[in-house]
Amino acid sequence: MQRVAIVRFPGSNRDLDALRAAERVGSEAYFVWHRDTALEGADIVVLPGGFSYGDYLRSGAIARFSPVMQAIQRHAADGGAVIGICNGFQILCEAGLLPGALVRNARLSFVAKPVDLLVERTSTVFTSALSRGDRIRIPVAHGDGRFVADPTTLDRIEAEDCVVVRYLPAGPGIEANPNGSDRDIAGICNPAGNVVGLMPHPENAIDQLQGTRDGSGFFSSMAAWQPLAGRR
Amino acid sequence: MSFRVHVRVMPRAGLLDPQGRAVEHALGALGFAGAGGVRIGRAIELDVAAASRDEAEARARQMCDRLLANPVTEDFTVEVED
Repeated sequence: MQRVAIVRFPGSNRDLDALRAAERVGSEAYFVWHRDTALEGADIVVLPGGFSYGDYLRSGAIARFSPVMQAIQRHAADGGAVIGICNGFQILCEAGLLPGALVRNARLSFVAKPVDLLVERTSTVFTSALSRGDRIRIPVAHGDGRFVADPTTLDRIEAEDCVVVRYLPAGPGIEANPNGSDRDIAGICNPAGNVVGLMPHPENAIDQLQGTRDGSGFFSSMAAWQPLAGRR
Repeated sequence: MSFRVHVRVMPRAGLLDPQGRAVEHALGALGFAGAGGVRIGRAIELDVAAASRDEAEARARQMCDRLLANPVTEDFTVEVED
């Protein structure tokens, strides 16, 4: 059974959603406070959505220096899995665990609505149960979700197959790129696939009561994850 | 000694600055014709303890590199008061 640590920062607000989504697929999920320095034997660490430290300075900029982040850096370097959702994705970019940055939405407004995504990479901790080319609909809820990086970095991300999910191009009935992200990128991973960040919220799409169950596959992927070879 | 340091953080040139664009439109709507190229950044002031002005500037630059500015999206300038 996977041990899944959900990290709580002051201002996290999707922490319980992430815990429930992890429990639903049979994982042993528990909370870790941002001041903790141990991950208590976690196989997978989830940085949930929210507004850590009120998004002061920049989203994720302060959370990055929380004591728990050093343990998470080591965990990731050892091949352990780290998943950042929304604010968690912002923190992973600020911490340098993923490339690029997430800045103010192009149209400035906070967007909270379902979006349509194309699954591109499935050899990751969070997408192994999905299929390349799958089209799924899950919600976003963010003000700072525009993924940006310099063209060289964007080319590298694409060349290394590190785009995990992309917003679908605009079309009839399609909820397309809601924030102006470069190259329609909604989520990326590191080359090894053990560190994943995405702006949409699969934990809010796991029950028909939430309108769609398209997020379920992310969590069944997580439950099936095997640590990378060579992990301590 | 302590030095008053002024840090100016701006969105990198070429990066879409939606705040600047919205303010530019608002200025036009208010009748301020000819206001263009609006970009919005952040000003940070702080006291830095250092033995010299150069050291204060160097320390402030380190602070920018590590926290005050995001190297992916922002540029910064540092000025130390006399």
